[in-house]
Amino acid sequence: MAISEKEVKHVAWLARLGLTDAEVQKFTRQLDVILEHAGKISELNVENVPPTSHAIPLKNVLREDKVGACLTPEDALSNAPKKEDQAFVVPRIV
Amino acid sequence: MELYQMTIHELHEKLLNKEVSAKEITDSVFSRIEEVEDKVKSYLTITKDVALEQAKLADEKIAAGGKVGPLAGIPTAIKDVMCTRGVRTTCGSKILDNFIPVYTSTAVQNLFDEGIVMTGKTNMDEFAMGSSTENSGFFPTRNPWDLERVPGGSSGGSAAAVAADEAVFSLGSDTGGSIRQPAALCGIVGMKPTYGLVSRYGLVAFASSLDQIGPFTKDVTDCAIVLNHLVRHDPMDSTSVKIDRPDYKEILINDLKGVRVGVPKELMAEGIDPKVKKVVEDAIKVLADNGAIVAETSLPNLEYGLSAYYIIAPAEASSNLARFDGVRYGYRAPDPDDLMDMYMRTRTEGFGDEVKRRIMLGTYALSAGYYEAYYGKAQKVRTLIVRDFNKAFEDFDVLVSPTSPTVAFKIGEKVANPLQMYLSDICTIPVNLAGLPGISVPCGTVDGLPVGLQIIGKALGEETILRVAYSFEQNFNWSEKPKLETRD
Repeated sequence: MAISEKEVKHVAWLARLGLTDAEVQKFTRQLDVILEHAGKISELNVENVPPTSHAIPLKNVLREDKVGACLTPEDALSNAPKKEDQAFVVPRIV
Repeated sequence: MELYQMTIHELHEKLLNKEVSAKEITDSVFSRIEEVEDKVKSYLTITKDVALEQAKLADEKIAAGGKVGPLAGIPTAIKDVMCTRGVRTTCGSKILDNFIPVYTSTAVQNLFDEGIVMTGKTNMDEFAMGSSTENSGFFPTRNPWDLERVPGGSSGGSAAAVAADEAVFSLGSDTGGSIRQPAALCGIVGMKPTYGLVSRYGLVAFASSLDQIGPFTKDVTDCAIVLNHLVRHDPMDSTSVKIDRPDYKEILINDLKGVRVGVPKELMAEGIDPKVKKVVEDAIKVLADNGAIVAETSLPNLEYGLSAYYIIAPAEASSNLARFDGVRYGYRAPDPDDLMDMYMRTRTEGFGDEVKRRIMLGTYALSAGYYEAYYGKAQKVRTLIVRDFNKAFEDFDVLVSPTSPTVAFKIGEKVANPLQMYLSDICTIPVNLAGLPGISVPCGTVDGLPVGLQIIGKALGEETILRVAYSFEQNFNWSEKPKLETRD
């Protein structure tokens, strides 16, 4: 097994996803098959190969430090599930 | 011939000659949408009001004798992954069911500036994760060639809309094949440009180092025309490439003499349906018969490409999708007990199964103890894939392959087996890993279902692949059309 039910539960928790027991079983089965396939890359010796994060590398992309157009508070809050004055409202944290 | 059946370049000529108005073209396309949309289900949102307003503007500009570009007044469908100010943008997900963007993505804005008529936002696999459009949080789209089959994905709605003449052209996004594979399965032209050529600003992010926007069109000429207006440097996207853009339409010539075409043997091997392989071999013969120099080549590390992709893409997705927390936009689960309860229920109720699978895969691949074995290693494998392509391009101008290993499959056929679904993209994924441009052009049928020929170019080699695609199209002369029926 590439991944256990316990690991799936842990990963789901890290990703803030709730799973039913049946879903834990289903996803464990599916992720196991996928990870086993993905594990194929362990066959390769890539010790001296540098990683590629972007295939078309660009360096030092900067723009002028000039104020441009930006969102109004009304726009920024227009999709808020809950808002008050100029703030997003969330459940009490402290 | 009805207006809705025509290409961009045909309609543009009629507009300039004042034979038709943008309003008439728009009405024709909307009558077609009314006629067939119930069967095909290409659209998540139809924007007729916006379209009529834009058509009016185009007509006013033409009447006033103003200079209009080739896209003015052309009905266009946009994949629902690109933000459109004031128009619902769902990304195919329940979590964005009520999301109304406050700005427009650069790619779409560039087309708005050219005077397009937006017909609507098209269906897609949720967050562009899938190869069949069955992962849409709303409903599946159907293949116009057989309504019981998938249109491919993730840009299935955009592909089906153009194939069924519900739009003259459309935009999609391609992370591992999501433009080219549905274009192949729906019998139209679809192109993924070089990474960074089209701005990703306002494109809902899936895997940021792989995502790229591109067009679906009815022919290669239209593809070149649309590309001319998509390629602009954008300061809002730090990966946007600055180039002296050629006129992609002007360089279209029907001439293959001396063009070196490589056929990677790994992409014609087992896993490719023998009937699809035969159609593609015949297509390659057409290239050779018209002067191309064809030879076999090899991309030895290709078999590891799919594995690397299904680590890298989910890893990037798990980071990108962390923003969906119910705080600032999108769905929030009702009456949460506390913050954690809000996060958990919002994401659990808002995301579908495939998105959850990929978030978990990515979280796993990035987690302590697994990072080096999975993500770190996959990025090194990515380097090997890039090197394989670089080596092949020392000897060849383009590489060709099937776009998809099979023709369109039945709705439901692969839903229970995610790995089988992932294998649908085996020919297209390596191209994204290496950031290269690729185009799919129709090259025949198997049992009445279309097959696509993929033409892959060097980075920023759009001119060459467009020229090869155009020459193939001119010499192959394919004109079959879908019947919008269920086949036996």
